[in-house]
Amino acid sequence: MSLADHSDIVRPYEEPPPGHVSGSRLERVLRSGRFAVTAELNPPDSADPADVFEAARPLGEVADAINATDASGANCHMSSIGISALLTRAGYGTVYQISCRDRNRIAIQGDVLGAAAMGVRNLLCLTGDGVAVGDQPGARPVFDFDSVSLLRTVRTMRDEGVFLSGRKITRPPRMFIGAAENPCIEPLDWRPDRLAKKVAAGADFIQTNYIFDMPRFERFMARVRDLGLHERVFILAGVGPLASAKAARWMRANVPGIHIPDEVIARMEGAARPGEEGKRLCIELIRQIRAVKGVAGVHVMAYRREHQVSEIILESGVLEGRKPRGRGRG
Amino acid sequence: MYRVRLFANRHARSFEWLYQRLEAVMVALDPLFAKIGYGRVEAPVALVERGVKGLLFDCRMCGQCVLSSTGMSCPMNCPKELRNGPCGGVRPGGYCEVKPWMRCVWVLAWEGAARMQGGDKIREVLPPVDRSLKGSSAWLRVSREKAAQLREAREAARTALARAFPGARANEPSAAPLADEPAAATGRETRR
Repeated sequence: MSLADHSDIVRPYEEPPPGHVSGSRLERVLRSGRFAVTAELNPPDSADPADVFEAARPLGEVADAINATDASGANCHMSSIGISALLTRAGYGTVYQISCRDRNRIAIQGDVLGAAAMGVRNLLCLTGDGVAVGDQPGARPVFDFDSVSLLRTVRTMRDEGVFLSGRKITRPPRMFIGAAENPCIEPLDWRPDRLAKKVAAGADFIQTNYIFDMPRFERFMARVRDLGLHERVFILAGVGPLASAKAARWMRANVPGIHIPDEVIARMEGAARPGEEGKRLCIELIRQIRAVKGVAGVHVMAYRREHQVSEIILESGVLEGRKPRGRGRG
Repeated sequence: MYRVRLFANRHARSFEWLYQRLEAVMVALDPLFAKIGYGRVEAPVALVERGVKGLLFDCRMCGQCVLSSTGMSCPMNCPKELRNGPCGGVRPGGYCEVKPWMRCVWVLAWEGAARMQGGDKIREVLPPVDRSLKGSSAWLRVSREKAAQLREAREAARTALARAFPGARANEPSAAPLADEPAAATGRETRR
């Protein structure tokens, strides 16, 4: 069957423009030197596509790409590949997150091709939280790859056009490859070196976990600049609004890899309207982060505060009048 | 044992030295192993390896030992079996996300690597584990490969001249010999 038979649902497989690896909107924004914004979508516990679009609406007007999480916190939700495919069809840029926790190398390499065929052009390689913190702690943890070997695998598929077995891929997946970093978590001294390893393995961009501790982040970035990494990879710093002091304490104690300094919690404690204070704090952090040399954008993770994302980004002024939403390639 | 594992990690430099010696011995034993048959020595060597490394490093016999690239901290003790560095969930003080009583395997790995001479190997991107090798002896695999490499290098040196002058060799083999030079020519004593 030829493409024409399904032209209503199939878009031709486009090759990236010169100088680009994927041609995704996120890649174009970053390569043109503009400050990029990505935002995390709260995945629905539902099979209804309308719920996905509902969740994407508050993010779409300010985000260059929307991250579809892959069972984050080891909790079951709609799959990241399903969400990415739906949103891509609707004209949003998406970042398809892959965690190593649930699938082995056979499944993952196949999914990368499947996602690329659906038009997905950004991908984020993650290790994944342990199964014990999720809603099904009895699950078997897979961890066949780690995030770094996954990065190298996807890059090999894209640039060499082969699977890890060496078998040829007739049309390689044109993916803008991302990785995560957690600058404010131990081992603090080695985090930049781990970032270097991810860049060597194939990362094109980085999305960090929450930054609430600017001194720690600035120390991290200073070392990153010493290593010259900011010139080889686009770094998007993770931010998000806190709901209240209680929520912040709960996150710090229960969600792996989140560091919130006591001063931040004290500030939330003292606020008359914690929701507003959380938003203001987030805007302040975005402005401070933007001033740090080597930062290419922000990644907003506003779990259950998605309604605040537009205001936060618009008030922070980082878009400089840019309008990310528009129909086009993912 | 956790405590012994921490001890081995603290003395990563000494264990690195020890491992280099062990490797030299294993490589020297290659002709013997080859004579007996690698298939036959596999089981007893793997048994010894399991005992020794199990005690010292809590070895899981993945069959692809990378201790010298990971500061003598076995990455298979990481609950996520990460081979390329810590995850993003390390707890304050450098403790494991999944097993909070245990120090993060990769925090120890970087500390150990800093004590070792070849510690920079920790920066190398390692491939995913080949699960089909589980339970086999990594010592034998490494020494066998090293021995084969050495043989190949020797062979290459021995035949370089012959390869450079293939026509001469075809017509007159003694003009481009495939043999070591005689002791008299190099001034060395013969062992024979």
